[in-house]
Amino acid sequence: MARLKAANPGQLVTFALIVGGAIFLLVGSLDSTNFAKFTVEGVAQGMVYGSLALALVLIYQATHVINFAQGELAMLTTFIAYQLTQWGLSYWEAFPATVAIAFLIGMVLQVTVIRPVQHRSVIATVIVTVGLFTLIDGIVNWKWGESGFLTLPSAFGFGSWDVGGVLIFRFYVGTVVVVLASLVVVWVLFRFTKLGLAMRAAALRPASASLAGVRVDAMLAIGWGLAAALGAVAGLMNEASPFSSLDPTFMQSVLVFAFAAAALGGLESPVGAVVGGLAIGVLQTLLIGYVPQISTELQIPFSFALILIVLVVKPTGLFGSRQVVRV
Amino acid sequence: MRNRLPAPTSCAVLAVVLAVLPFLLSDYNTFLVGQVGIFFIAILGLNILTGYTGQISIGHGAFMAIGGYTAAIMSRDHHTTLIVSMLMAFAVAFVAGLLVGLPALRLSGAYLALATFALAISIPQLPKQWTNFLGGTLGVQSSSKPTHLLGFGFPAATALSNRWLYGLAWATAAVLFVGAWAILRGRVGRAFRAVRDSEIASVASGVEVGVYKTLGFGISAAYCGVAGALLVFAQFGAASQGQFTVVLSLELLIGAAVAGLGSLWGILAGAAFVGLLPKISSSVPVVGNEHGRDVIYGALVILVMLVLPGGFAGLLARLRSLIRA
Repeated sequence: MARLKAANPGQLVTFALIVGGAIFLLVGSLDSTNFAKFTVEGVAQGMVYGSLALALVLIYQATHVINFAQGELAMLTTFIAYQLTQWGLSYWEAFPATVAIAFLIGMVLQVTVIRPVQHRSVIATVIVTVGLFTLIDGIVNWKWGESGFLTLPSAFGFGSWDVGGVLIFRFYVGTVVVVLASLVVVWVLFRFTKLGLAMRAAALRPASASLAGVRVDAMLAIGWGLAAALGAVAGLMNEASPFSSLDPTFMQSVLVFAFAAAALGGLESPVGAVVGGLAIGVLQTLLIGYVPQISTELQIPFSFALILIVLVVKPTGLFGSRQVVRV
Repeated sequence: MRNRLPAPTSCAVLAVVLAVLPFLLSDYNTFLVGQVGIFFIAILGLNILTGYTGQISIGHGAFMAIGGYTAAIMSRDHHTTLIVSMLMAFAVAFVAGLLVGLPALRLSGAYLALATFALAISIPQLPKQWTNFLGGTLGVQSSSKPTHLLGFGFPAATALSNRWLYGLAWATAAVLFVGAWAILRGRVGRAFRAVRDSEIASVASGVEVGVYKTLGFGISAAYCGVAGALLVFAQFGAASQGQFTVVLSLELLIGAAVAGLGSLWGILAGAAFVGLLPKISSSVPVVGNEHGRDVIYGALVILVMLVLPGGFAGLLARLRSLIRA
């Protein structure tokens, strides 16, 4: 079955939605300092969702599997960063070390538990990631769960700037900068390097790529490593606020919003994942700020109701291209 | 549930074992094996969807929630007997399944997984919104008047009640198992399998893919609804959010995978896996606390997926062919 990309009339609608949303946020922010505060907070949170969503998309593109353990992996690596700082590393020494460790863990997991099942069925692979979820959760709780109140050293300090009456915390800006930098690194890797080209080939046409000399298995392992590294950045940046403490459950709601972001943007679209993450993050903070009827517990169902509607109207997400299956 | 019933002797042996078991086990273990019966029903239902129509669902805990709340509300507002509560749970969950199955026609694979996952997260949160009808965080308590099932009372929290619940769960499981066999052996089952194996070929042969995919969702949801009602009975008639978390949906999926496709013994193994393992391993000395238990459970789930490609049913089939050879 060959898949053809059909011209997508929905792309204009998507483009109009994004431009409209951006104008709405800009005008609102200029109009009201409260609105601006919510928007900035939402963008910072949305970047975290976006980078975890991108990790999900990377794995989905390569293996057509949704990794339920992505959030828990990010949580595990954040706890590893905590351990490194306990052993005397400073925050910014621990950061690259953690990302490197995450990359290794991702590769090892792909080779040991994912590779044997990935050709069997989507359900089998999904269940392995569900097993990983429970396993990692148990390990972290075992090691650190009973240790009480744990905090990472502050990444960006407590400082804030006053921009036209709007208080902007330094960690908001720091989060946005770090996530953007990691996205640029991933983009450059895929767009301009030979390794990236090989990875894209392995994801798109595994058989042809393998005939052309690409080591498909190795590419998939590197893909999992990259996704885990992106997840580590998401986990660390989610804890970048100087007011937050580490808790083994902290990535679970982030994962749910990252799912929502990935579904909203389309599981095949890296850009869609990031834009979807930003949209969900901003929507979330604006909802908390302006619609008190929607309690904290109802945010998740609310965002998922939105996702269900998007999926029913446009089954491949806002950025997905319609797939035509030729018989 | 292949085209023939399992061998009558093995069915009879199983029935006798299940009938004698509660008189040999301690009260708590009777309760646990009763829970296995509830999981058996739910996994049987999920198996119809994933195994026979080839659709994935990570959200069948939501249908258990719908069934459980329906049973509790029927009892609270209309003082229904248990059997009427269960029939209502079946019917309401069936309709809910059809309603979910219709939009699900547009989704497949990972998108369907995400959408059903959304269901598993969203549905159990609804009681917080309509607190008067759905009981909020406190949940719905069934009528305190004694309800009756064909003359048997619904006893209070005594040693007897666990044995009674055990009987109810496994009797229901037996009825629903025969029901599933009757549905799957004929025209409907054949259509389900055709849709799973090739949608295009099914359409070409005149099978209405949409109708059967939606029907598959409805039937499997109805089974889970009954299981949800039984889960509520096991809590002395209280339906609450805590019973129907996302974890429940994931457990059903794990159970269905461990079970493999359409064998009585496979589904039994899957139900025992998710119903007993998390409880038993906490008493193993090395593991110690619940976190160690999570480690073992997660590792076992992965291990089973790695070494048993066809689940327990596949293992049995392989053993059988080994014996014959």
